[in-house]
Amino acid sequence: MERQINHHLTDEILMGYAAGALPEAFNLMVAAHLSLCDECRARLAAFEALGGEVLETECEFVSEMNPGSFDATMALIAGGPAEPAQRPARQTGSILPGPLQDYVGTDLSGVKWKPVGMGVKQAILPTGDGATARLLFIPAGAAMPDHGHHGTEMTMVLQGAFQDEDDYFARGDVEVAGSDTHHTPVADIHEDCICLAVTDAPLQFDGFVHKLVQRWARI
Amino acid sequence: MLARNPSGLAQQVVTNKGTQTLRAAREGRMANDVAQKDDKLYWAEQMALVRDSQNRAAFAALYGHFAPRVKGFLMKSGADASLAEEVSQEVMATVWHKAHMFDPTRASVATWIFTIARNRKIDVLRKARRPEPEDLPWGPEEEPDQAEVMALQQESEQLGRALADLPAPQRELIQKAYFGDLTHSEIAAETGLPLGTIKSRIRLALERLRHAMK
Repeated sequence: MERQINHHLTDEILMGYAAGALPEAFNLMVAAHLSLCDECRARLAAFEALGGEVLETECEFVSEMNPGSFDATMALIAGGPAEPAQRPARQTGSILPGPLQDYVGTDLSGVKWKPVGMGVKQAILPTGDGATARLLFIPAGAAMPDHGHHGTEMTMVLQGAFQDEDDYFARGDVEVAGSDTHHTPVADIHEDCICLAVTDAPLQFDGFVHKLVQRWARI
Repeated sequence: MLARNPSGLAQQVVTNKGTQTLRAAREGRMANDVAQKDDKLYWAEQMALVRDSQNRAAFAALYGHFAPRVKGFLMKSGADASLAEEVSQEVMATVWHKAHMFDPTRASVATWIFTIARNRKIDVLRKARRPEPEDLPWGPEEEPDQAEVMALQQESEQLGRALADLPAPQRELIQKAYFGDLTHSEIAAETGLPLGTIKSRIRLALERLRHAMK
């Protein structure tokens, strides 16, 4: 039984996922959160239903199929279904939800961490253009470097918890920060904190040293 | 359990029951009505015919209605006409092959086809990996309950009417959000409207839709 999740995905993000309009890293965040959160899964179903209605009712977008199209499709069908892509088996009981295991390759043990200072480590996940995804490791009780944001950043807790000025975030909770957010999250003292963080713009760290770190750590 | 692993006679019995369920649901509703092609139950019934008997006429009806819509969706998402044609055919072939996955207690046919088209858009147009949530422990194989089918399909119709009733500026933004492959920031850039206006209009639209669905 997963814990009660208190901080969910926004309507904007769920709508973007339903429409297929988000960058890959954001889709990864949504898929990881939905794996833990039935409430957002149900909300996504509503946004997909809305997509279906737009498809069905907005007649101005209808585009006639070519002549012979139906027969071509029946020939395609006669060729049999496409082979489904093989996906490595996902482990149950891992702190990494299934979609994240697909990106890491295995479980947490397969993560290639790189130190970024103050005991904080990160591992950038291979996603396409438009946004970046990374796993963050923050030692228990340690603070994340103070940073502002450009664009949108979402952080979901996978292990442990963190606290910022306003709220407490534990497993499955998503913190959504916009460009007006400037905060200093601190990991809960009881356990090292592991998060998935995605952003559609480079984080802006304050201070000269962090600017240097940022240059080669691709934070 | 029969439904989970259908084979031979068991499959025959189970799948015929599925068609009958949908037909009964539809006839109940149609008693004082005329069958119309915008009726969700009509499309769900065509899906059941494709699933149960590989019914070509039912598939042709689905094709005539949905394939041009899928093509339009793909063209609005940036595909040229020939790629959109090709991918639309693939989407409709998937509809045939995966007919057994369609669950009329969870989605309208339009919604189900929309999600297939959206997935192909990400695969083919964006050539991106498509992270998917963990599978739920339940599958679509359970025989659909007639009342649940009715309820879901009627809700979908209600949502369609609520969408049609939105004030034009709100409705246009909903269209763009689904049919333009655009994030809210990109919609702002395209329309010249401030991002705050876009967000508040979409929020208002969603509030109206939620209110209409109560």
